Amino acid sequence: MAAVQDIEIPDSAARNALAVDELQDMQGEKMVLNMGPSHPATHGVLRIVLELDGELITKAEPDVGYLHRGDEKIAESMTYTQFIPYTDRLDYLAPLANNVAYTLAVEKLLGIHDKLPPRCQYIRVMCAELARISAHLLGLGAFAMDMGAVTVFLLIFTEREKVYNLAESLTGARFTTSYTRIGGVMRDLPPGWADQCRKFLEEVVITINEVETLLTRNRIWVDRIRDLAVISKADAISYGLSGPNLRGSGIEYDLRRNQPYLCYKDLDFDIPTGSTGDCYDRYLVRMEEMRQSVRIIHQCLEKIPGGADNLSNEPVNVDDGKIILPPKEKVMTRMEELIHQFMLVTEGVNCPPGEIYFGHENPKGELGFYINSKGGGTPYRMKIRAPSFVNLSIIPKIFPGCMLSDTVAILGSLDFVMGECDR
Amino acid sequence: MFTLDSAHQLKAKFGDLISEPAEFRGEITVKLADAEQIAEVCGFAKMKLGFEYLVDISSVDNYGEDPRWTVVYDLRNLTNNAELRIKTDVSEEKSELPSVLGVWATSNWHEREIYDMMGIRFRGHPDLRRILMWEGYPYFPLRKDFPLAGKPTNVPEVAFTEISPMEGGPFVTLPSSGDAVSREPRVRNPE
Amino acid sequence: MQTQSEIGYNSKIEGDVVITRIDAALAWFQKNSVWPMPMGLACCGIELMAVGASRFDISRFGSEVMRFSPRQSDCMIVAGTVTYKMAGFVKRIYDQMLAPKWVIAMGACASTGGMYRSYAVLQGVDHIIPVDVYVSGCPPRPEAVLDALIKIQNQIGKEPILSKLNLVAKLTGSSKS
Repeated sequence: MAAVQDIEIPDSAARNALAVDELQDMQGEKMVLNMGPSHPATHGVLRIVLELDGELITKAEPDVGYLHRGDEKIAESMTYTQFIPYTDRLDYLAPLANNVAYTLAVEKLLGIHDKLPPRCQYIRVMCAELARISAHLLGLGAFAMDMGAVTVFLLIFTEREKVYNLAESLTGARFTTSYTRIGGVMRDLPPGWADQCRKFLEEVVITINEVETLLTRNRIWVDRIRDLAVISKADAISYGLSGPNLRGSGIEYDLRRNQPYLCYKDLDFDIPTGSTGDCYDRYLVRMEEMRQSVRIIHQCLEKIPGGADNLSNEPVNVDDGKIILPPKEKVMTRMEELIHQFMLVTEGVNCPPGEIYFGHENPKGELGFYINSKGGGTPYRMKIRAPSFVNLSIIPKIFPGCMLSDTVAILGSLDFVMGECDR
Repeated sequence: MFTLDSAHQLKAKFGDLISEPAEFRGEITVKLADAEQIAEVCGFAKMKLGFEYLVDISSVDNYGEDPRWTVVYDLRNLTNNAELRIKTDVSEEKSELPSVLGVWATSNWHEREIYDMMGIRFRGHPDLRRILMWEGYPYFPLRKDFPLAGKPTNVPEVAFTEISPMEGGPFVTLPSSGDAVSREPRVRNPE
Repeated sequence: MQTQSEIGYNSKIEGDVVITRIDAALAWFQKNSVWPMPMGLACCGIELMAVGASRFDISRFGSEVMRFSPRQSDCMIVAGTVTYKMAGFVKRIYDQMLAPKWVIAMGACASTGGMYRSYAVLQGVDHIIPVDVYVSGCPPRPEAVLDALIKIQNQIGKEPILSKLNLVAKLTGSSKS
């Protein structure tokens, strides 16, 4: 019988220190490696210039802007409603959530964001949570695929196709939905949507469980990302992280709980929070957030006023012709609604002068809109506070000290989208 | 209310530099008269009032007015859930104000973006270069006198740039200080 | 198994040996193994990933391997908005691909700049690289991308490969007869 031995496994920081020590006496040059904009593992067009000392990274400088399309300048010449399709393409993994965020911001400027009809609020919450499940699924799938676990990618894409089906029957488009309007939504839930949604929720839980059995206690997975790129609480706050990145570092701040909007006050859900702030924690936070989103959607489907089929004809839009388009029967037969339709389409929703900031809990973090309006139907200045832009700024801090193959893991765990980062 | 108290404390400390807090849609905004003091004000807000989280720095181009630039800082206190906005004006001849990088690390990229888009410089920023447009791009795109269609540039390493095909089209923003209705060509009489 | 209609090649009738022209054979090999080089820049990149996933399976058309290496791929699918900052890199990667190569401009942004008529967006990737198929849509449905791939395959199927090889040989002066 073998004797029991203690095995000393130093953690990754100690391992790195040992490696640096060993390399100290070797003469060498640092190599500059360009992790270019066209790279399978940078989620989109991100360029990182790495300075390497062998395998160790000593400096990392991200270079963004390869997808800068000029959204903020375009917003200054579009009416508020015309800008909604551009918001789809910000975080293009969760377009419904961006739509909800933007229309809530404009409604805050109008002063009606807490006076929306309850049915509209529940529909928007369902959209946002479906978008959250879909975005986390893809973030996870891309993260796993980059690390080599390709099965997960195909599993989650099957679930995403089901979300696309739901979105298509609800909005008409699989992907870039442009569903919400200022003062309401484009149309009510179609018949049968709730049953389709419930079926999807059962199936997605099965897939999430399967992915968990594949990854969460997988020796290789844990060894690769545990204790990697630890972001301390002070760093997370100072660098302005938000969303699962902030919660992975142990700070329990979720805009749905701390600054509630829509009907989140009436819904019962937990906020998963990490403890150490490493990549594994961020992964676990995202997994658990998906389960909480499933829970939220179940509650919404139960509590939605009017029931899923709206038999009692609850209003879905704000009842104000100056904000949302009046129904077509009235437009064609009555003068006042005709004028409202004309003004809304040509000049846009007339917003009061002033400035607001509204932050929404997007899957990637806090998507905020700062709208400075001088009256009229177009904004004077719209600044989009993109979570991915802010999250990426921490790269020069956490990359140095990691190995080259850890870059993929860290980028996957930060879960950013370049469409949002560059706007 | 916590934010209003914090705004009053700020005013008590800095006196006439800080304006009376204004409220709109539940948000408190204070205006800082002298942009040079922004780092001290922000440092006080972080250390003493607990606004440890910088949400966003935005910039507004008041074309046709003097001072031309307004820089807007959105602060947040996580424990009390309070948000405060500090605005400050910068004139066009100066186009410079101190950086708040010493207070919050996230302002690094926000300030680079404002420099890139508006051309406002931040004194004390270690690495103020363009972030969204490429190095050597000669214009500042978000200024009101820069057309949406863009201007052609001659940067040799990058692909040539041309004007987007919409000159004279319906989505050209005319630079003026008027409101959006007067700037939109479709509601103006054609000349 | 008896089928109603005979499509293609039936080994019971024609036997196990097929006699054809070299051009047709080479074109058939080439067109059924078009390896795409995904230039997934923006939202269309996500639909491109959906094309590669199990529901719309691009691998049944032979494009199994989405090689991110330009040296190993045949067809570049430009999926997403090309900005001026990125344009130089797209061109560079296109130049690194080996002939014969084809380009699919997927989506409105890659075809003509899409809804982004702004100072930073290249109004169509055909300003810098020659495009074979334009796919409209924002983003195009995956079926549309597969349709574009089929169009490219049809185009490849008609190419006179052997005469091109002979022309190259003549131009470079090698001793191929």
